[in-house]
Amino acid sequence: MAIRAQFEGNNEVGVFSKLTNNYCLVAIGGSENFYSVFEGELADTIPVVHASIAGCRVIGRMCVGNRHGLLVPNTTTDQELQHIRNALPDSVKIYRAEEKLSALGNVIACNDYVALVHPDLDRETEDLLVDTLNVEVFRHTVANNVLVGSYAVFSNQGGMVPPKTSVEDLDELSSLLQVPLVAGTVNRGSDVLAAGMVVNDWMAVCGHDTTSTEVSVLESVFKLSDHEPSQIQTQMRDSLVDT
Amino acid sequence: MEYLDSGGGSSNVRQQQYSLICCCRCGLQIEPNPTNMCVNCLRSDVDITDGIPKTSALSFCKSCERYLQPPNQWVKATLESRELLSVCLKKLKGLNKVKLVDAGFVWTEPHSMRIKVKLTVQKEVMNGAVLEQAFVVEFVVQPHMCDECHRVEAKDFWRAVVQVRQKCDHKKTFFYLEQLILKHRAHRNTVNIKPMADGLDFFFSKQDDAKKIVEFLSAYVPSRSLTGMPEQPQIPLHGLADVYVARMSDLGVNDQQFHCRTHLGYLLRTGDTVLGFDFTNANLNHAHFDKLKGDKIPDVMLVKKVFDRSKRLRRRKWRLERFDGADELDTESVTRDYNDFLDDLEEDQAIRENVNIYKDPTKLSVEEDTDDEGAPQISLQEMLEDLHISEDATGGEGAPMME
Repeated sequence: MAIRAQFEGNNEVGVFSKLTNNYCLVAIGGSENFYSVFEGELADTIPVVHASIAGCRVIGRMCVGNRHGLLVPNTTTDQELQHIRNALPDSVKIYRAEEKLSALGNVIACNDYVALVHPDLDRETEDLLVDTLNVEVFRHTVANNVLVGSYAVFSNQGGMVPPKTSVEDLDELSSLLQVPLVAGTVNRGSDVLAAGMVVNDWMAVCGHDTTSTEVSVLESVFKLSDHEPSQIQTQMRDSLVDT
Repeated sequence: MEYLDSGGGSSNVRQQQYSLICCCRCGLQIEPNPTNMCVNCLRSDVDITDGIPKTSALSFCKSCERYLQPPNQWVKATLESRELLSVCLKKLKGLNKVKLVDAGFVWTEPHSMRIKVKLTVQKEVMNGAVLEQAFVVEFVVQPHMCDECHRVEAKDFWRAVVQVRQKCDHKKTFFYLEQLILKHRAHRNTVNIKPMADGLDFFFSKQDDAKKIVEFLSAYVPSRSLTGMPEQPQIPLHGLADVYVARMSDLGVNDQQFHCRTHLGYLLRTGDTVLGFDFTNANLNHAHFDKLKGDKIPDVMLVKKVFDRSKRLRRRKWRLERFDGADELDTESVTRDYNDFLDDLEEDQAIRENVNIYKDPTKLSVEEDTDDEGAPQISLQEMLEDLHISEDATGGEGAPMME
């Protein structure tokens, strides 16, 4: 299921949180409302952790992670790293990446098996990704944009790319990632998808402005519906999912 | 309302390139655009014509058929003309916030007092999407008399007045002045001309016009204290003669006669009446005259012959243009002065040069009777063909003021 949330009046929830199948990081905010949304949904299954990275609240853009591990930029303090290490399950490998493109969340998009990365990413970081996150790495752009981590979002079930992605790109990405992809928007027409939402294999959180149409599109492509396949999945699937 | 193709490439190419997305509002399948919203949803969200009035009013002066262009300019414009369109567009506030790409008239019945203008505007909305929308603005034409027509209607409106006065016992100078002004159309910008007891008042709406006519007057009328007729030029024809004259007052009283020598010999016959100076009775206070010896001074000096007025009046085949209402004050003495002035015109070509003389169609048919007196006349060549009575001398109906 997909739920709507706001971080201190800001709809870009993907900036202030990082959601994987194994853990959830939430920025330390002035109020606990945003944290409570995640806690209420996830506390029973995975740890929901308050975190900051390099003193910033924009943790969703700074780090990248999946079920197997977490990469943080080398500006992360020891204290922050220790806190995250203590809160996360022992199976999750955590490493600092010596990468000049330090906003890892903006340049890397991944699920538990594959990662799309910025074409200029360091070779060492790519190796670290393979080792830490157990993913296959592809250097690619989406919709002629190198910030794949900002614009594309995908889980093990499916993925979304910005509306201006060409049909050829969509086909190619879909075959690389081995998940169905669809072009879509969040937050009433915003194409910065990863900033506007976070998703794992069973739930998604999107910005408060996201319309019901957008919610139904993302629920269908990420297969988040609790009940029977919706009309969108059965009847509109052909036009929505272009694989 | 529609999206503009801001990126290169036709929509055909785009259709191949991009997959369709769902409109983020209604889920309609659309091509990607900067707002990722379908046109209908966007229209419900934003109205680019917001802030542009859909109705407005135009002020129209019925009498001069001009439209008010704010703040205070009146322009002539026919229906559906370019000028009218610019007047309409200037009336619309809020057009500066959008880009106007097209404007044209929607036909309306000319007497409906409604003008409809169809406008097409473009405006950038969120995320750099440019929207284009066409809409119609209705203008109501409201009658509103312009200041100038107002001034003409209310005849007594004036800012400057030029008062021309002459203190003397005849009005010939003013008749001459009237003809001068008419000939040079110097009264073109007057709002009104009023004959007063011993002169004329010229009314103007602008002080500059008043100054102009003062310059005109001072150029043609030599001095401020003009007391008589302009100087007589040389009479071309002369004939030396010895004549005996008697005072009219003496006729039947005594037989006193004066002998004099005159230049009017070619004109005079026995029994004629003449005008002249009587030096025997004259009281002249003049240093040069006093030096003259008494036997050198003639008793009488003849100046001109007197013709029979009624006969001359009857034979006069021409007439002059007059100011409007100039004959309102005509008394017997004024009429006499006027006829004197006409006589002067006939006698003196130099005065005639500054005057427009028109043929009088009512008199032309009068048959020529033999003139044994030899009174001067104006030749047909000097007369102007046509005097349009319908054209008001003060600038009929105020029409020339619009020029």
